[in-house]
Amino acid sequence: MASNSSGSDSSDRQRIAQQRLSVIAGHLQRPVEGNSGILAAECKAQGDKLDVSSERRTVPRRRQEIMKWNGWGYSDSKFLYNKKGQAEFTGKRYRLSGMIIPGLREWMESTFSANLQHKTPAAPILNSSAVQPPTLNEAFLKELKSTGIPFSHDAEDRVFRSHGHCLHEIFALREGKIGRVPDLVVWPNCHNDVVKIVELACKHNVCLIPYGGGTSVSSALECPPEETRSIVSLDTSQMNRILWIDEKNLTAHVEAGIVGQDLERLLNESGYCTGHEPDSMEFSSLGGWVATRASGMKKNIYGNIEDLVVHIKMVTPRGVIEKSCQGPRMSTGPDVHHFIMGSEGTLGVVTEVTMKIRPMPEYQKYGSVVFPNFEMGVACLREVARQRCAPASIRLMDNEQFKFGHALKPQVSSIFTSFLDGLKKFYITKFKGFDPNRLCVATLLFEGDREKVLQHEKQVYDIAAKFGGLAAGEDNGQRGYMLTFVIAYLRDLGMDYYVIGESFETSMPWDRVLDICRNVKARIVRECKDKGVQFPPLSTCRVTQTYDAGACVYFYFAFNYRGLSDPVHVYEQVEHAAREEILANGGSLSHHHGVGKLRKEWMRESISSVGMGMLKSVKDYVDPNNIFGNRNLL
Amino acid sequence: MHIKVKLAYFENENDNSSFFPHSWLNYKKKRDDFEDMLEERRNSSDLRYALKCYTPVLYKGLTPCKVSELKQMVLQSDQLGYVITQVSKEKGVTSDEVTGEAAAILEEMAQRLQLSTVRFFAFTLSKVFKTLFRSICINEEGLQRLQQAIHNHPVVLLPSHRSYMDFLLMSYILYTYDLALPVIAAGMDFMGMKVVGEMLRMSGAFFIRRSFGGDKLYWAVFSEYVKIMLKNGYAPVEFFLEGTRSRTAKSLTPKLGLLNIVMDPFLKGEVFDISLVPVSISYERTLEEALYARELLGVPKPKESTSGLFKARKILSEDYGSIHVYFGQPVSVRSLAESRVNRSQFNLIPRHIPTRPSEEILSFVNDSAYRLVRAQEENMVLKPWVLLAFVLLQKQAAEEKQGTALDELTEQAVWLRDLSRQYGAFLHWPDHIPPSEVVSSSLSLHRGLVRISEGRAVVILSCASYRNQALNVFIRPALLASAIHTAASNRKQEIYNSFSFLRNMFSNEFILCPGATVQDFEEACYLLVKTGTLQINQQEVLITERGHRTLAFLTSVLDPFLQGYQVVCRFLCEQDGLTEKQFIPAVRKFIIKHLLTGSLLKCRLRYTEVLSSDLQKNALAALIRLGAVQKIKGYVGFTHLHVHNKVETTKLLFIYF
Repeated sequence: MASNSSGSDSSDRQRIAQQRLSVIAGHLQRPVEGNSGILAAECKAQGDKLDVSSERRTVPRRRQEIMKWNGWGYSDSKFLYNKKGQAEFTGKRYRLSGMIIPGLREWMESTFSANLQHKTPAAPILNSSAVQPPTLNEAFLKELKSTGIPFSHDAEDRVFRSHGHCLHEIFALREGKIGRVPDLVVWPNCHNDVVKIVELACKHNVCLIPYGGGTSVSSALECPPEETRSIVSLDTSQMNRILWIDEKNLTAHVEAGIVGQDLERLLNESGYCTGHEPDSMEFSSLGGWVATRASGMKKNIYGNIEDLVVHIKMVTPRGVIEKSCQGPRMSTGPDVHHFIMGSEGTLGVVTEVTMKIRPMPEYQKYGSVVFPNFEMGVACLREVARQRCAPASIRLMDNEQFKFGHALKPQVSSIFTSFLDGLKKFYITKFKGFDPNRLCVATLLFEGDREKVLQHEKQVYDIAAKFGGLAAGEDNGQRGYMLTFVIAYLRDLGMDYYVIGESFETSMPWDRVLDICRNVKARIVRECKDKGVQFPPLSTCRVTQTYDAGACVYFYFAFNYRGLSDPVHVYEQVEHAAREEILANGGSLSHHHGVGKLRKEWMRESISSVGMGMLKSVKDYVDPNNIFGNRNLL
Repeated sequence: MHIKVKLAYFENENDNSSFFPHSWLNYKKKRDDFEDMLEERRNSSDLRYALKCYTPVLYKGLTPCKVSELKQMVLQSDQLGYVITQVSKEKGVTSDEVTGEAAAILEEMAQRLQLSTVRFFAFTLSKVFKTLFRSICINEEGLQRLQQAIHNHPVVLLPSHRSYMDFLLMSYILYTYDLALPVIAAGMDFMGMKVVGEMLRMSGAFFIRRSFGGDKLYWAVFSEYVKIMLKNGYAPVEFFLEGTRSRTAKSLTPKLGLLNIVMDPFLKGEVFDISLVPVSISYERTLEEALYARELLGVPKPKESTSGLFKARKILSEDYGSIHVYFGQPVSVRSLAESRVNRSQFNLIPRHIPTRPSEEILSFVNDSAYRLVRAQEENMVLKPWVLLAFVLLQKQAAEEKQGTALDELTEQAVWLRDLSRQYGAFLHWPDHIPPSEVVSSSLSLHRGLVRISEGRAVVILSCASYRNQALNVFIRPALLASAIHTAASNRKQEIYNSFSFLRNMFSNEFILCPGATVQDFEEACYLLVKTGTLQINQQEVLITERGHRTLAFLTSVLDPFLQGYQVVCRFLCEQDGLTEKQFIPAVRKFIIKHLLTGSLLKCRLRYTEVLSSDLQKNALAALIRLGAVQKIKGYVGFTHLHVHNKVETTKLLFIYF
């Protein structure tokens, strides 16, 4: 699938555009069979027209069939160092799959002082005996059986649904340590199944924790250790059909368990897309997006989840909440959707969503701009936002991330390409006088009809030029976006060699972007030093979204933990300090990851006591017995 | 001279734990050694030195810019822009006019640091310093720390202020050691000196008006100018926390304006951190010694002028001993503010809009200022003469007119030396020389002041200013000793109350951190118990056998001040009301009258130094602060004495009669 993006004829461009779509559709080689027979017949009848594609669902009930139990993503895809000591990405799913990445080793060694001799391998298999036997509520179980809804109390099934992807969660799993896990997993197949489960849970006082794609990074899926009731994980992954598409209004009604890549693929088959592409879209689910107020990479064109949803159906202990119509905007008091969006599984289960859809874009084009320094880059993004001409996506990486991106360049096949690379580098650093230790790069993605894209592209590059930016080619841009999908896999490689890390995000007004980036990065370095980290950490950031009044910034932070007795604790202390720094400098508690349990302690200061009281009273009304007892948010 | 500094991978940030140097458990503090920087000057060419290659380490985040660019940045800043718009609306003039005004203010204010001028100063000052001083001693480790600090963060230099020499000396040192030259906040009075003023400007001084209370525009230009230089790491910013030269050698209560400005970029998140570096400059003999004494006695201060400077050249023929400059541990504003200031209070208003600092910020800045002044005091080097001044002044007050035998003086000085060392004084007493020689050589350096027994006010006040250098060492024990002296019983609580009263009374006079009464009391108790003066149990404070001598000494430390405040009280009681301007001359007249008759009430007025206008002003300020005296539209007068609460203040003062 390697592309030579230097071609400029239109057919080539078309091909590249198609390739972009296949990033979404093409991550996966094959769907997993073998789910047949679990569908409850009564649900199937609902949407037989569109359910044709349900045979190609990505996520099986037994996630362990295709996914890692103690790392990110698919079992067949991972970074490793081969016998020659070269980094390699395995599998066939991604563009990078099967390729050698020559620069990665040196980058890892020089950035973290990591050493291939010092390995920290993960526990290879899940030891079921380490999992506590389930606390089952027999009366609940008995009635559940009678409904015919599939369930399991198999240890593996339960462990899979006991965590998200926070560092401490994965680190513990790698060490074979397993804490409180759900006692039972149920797989409702449709809205009505959920209604039944919630009713039973209320009747028998069972704790329900909704589970979508399991990509949480806020400890939202952790079972509260103090919970004494039986905990049931409600896995929505089998509620994954598009129930209808309304071409007149450009909406689609979708079951909330569908994961991002399936949703896009299925809509693409009809010539549509939602355009909602969070970095986790391969695995995260529609219901999860709604419950956390997710944000997608291309929100500049399509909007964030709150802009995309038209109608939500949610099952709560009080009953089902939904609006009576699908009007595009209503003045009917505070929007009840906003109680649902961001409720993080504390109020109920989102079962069905009506979403806006768009015709698939005719044309896509990547791009990149190199700036002499981060300050100029931010100034350019600010100007782009001011002129409201942001492309579908525009992201600005700082210098460290630029270098990191460079290290992930796959092996080039021809001498010519490497010669060209050398020439580019020479041009930028020597001829243009950019300091290689200060320059930074913005990656761009344009989408729309061809004419407009080209026009738009020119406008953005013209602005960039005013800020000293130099166009740096489509290839760099495309690679930047590709990294989004593989970066999570990289953490697993790091963890094999004493390197731990994570990313976290925030949003802030434009005038504070530079200050927050500088201060938070410096705070991370200082805290690492104070906490006894032996090697300088990687502390880097990028601006990932632009708004009229501000931006979203991601921080990446990782360090070599050799010599530390409790690295996860150190990590958590540093991340905690970094969040304090963000808040002290006027950044938000979260832009789209949510609060979960990880950031609960700052909620009151973030939304005021009255705000907390408002949310609490909603919870108290909707779920007085705390059936949805994951204890997120409040 | 160059300093080698290893730039470790992890920058060596300020060590947070080592601030609060005055933490009383910390008295065995290790201090750096000194090197004499004049020694090399005496042995090599001044010209070559002045023309040496100068390549200082700069701030890592520095974007180099020219003086003119700096001015442009100030004029174009959002902060100033906002105020310009505001002022133009208020005054009904065009914003161009106001901008012009701002540019003029900036022009009047701005420095024009020029290496050639600095080299000129380096050359001439070398000549002058070698003539005036035996040595200029620097702690080179402190300079290494400073260099590291300059590399890592914007730096603010905070030297003590005892002499006009201070800032020339600072720049001279930094140039010599190849450190970044500072920009220095100087009072406008220097600008009066035409040539010299411009030269100072070219060596990094920028000039600020002494008062600009209500002038919004001036304030905006000034604060923005300082902040921009600081944030960009253009140069270390230097100013005097005490605001003006201390005429009495006691540290002055800190002024907060500039400290507030330089802390602001950190508090608002515009820089990661700022390093504050207290610098203690101790003169064995101050150039201005007699000048200060006269000033305190009411002889007006001569206006700074170039010709005046030339007239002062006769001082070149005198011996001023040595100077010690101690660069203290850099203090991180970040660690000062940690768990003290909620920085998110700045989140909801755009940062370029000027806002009044909140109570929280003001008290934070105030506390920090006191801590920094104490950090300066801690590292002031005391010469044997300072101790001799103690002994001589006490003898003078006791009216031992016939003078003091040298060996008696030596004995007392040695006793005081040991005591002050126990209290943590940074004493430079050459231990390898017999004490009697130390004493006689100190006496010869200050021969003009030795004939103290004659009781001439100028001599006494000069002498007092030397003694004052060590007051910070003794002040807490002295407050305790006086408290014990006056308390009705030896119950601890009662003594504490008495201590607390005295401390409160004298908080305009000495550097006593606001709100730290308990710590100060504990510190004093700790020192007096440690040195075997007191025994303290749960309830009571007992004086030991050998403690009496120490207590007597300590009580007498505070005596002149107590008597001074009493006199001021007495004076005010006899007045119906007078303007603030009349206060000093009137009180002076009153004191002279009583000094001549030799009595005040039934008690002898023993201390000539109560003539010091500094003391009188402080006393008045304290009485106003405590509510005993009220200012009414420029008039000063006692409030009704029968208002109980307030009467106690005055009553208590009379107890000492």
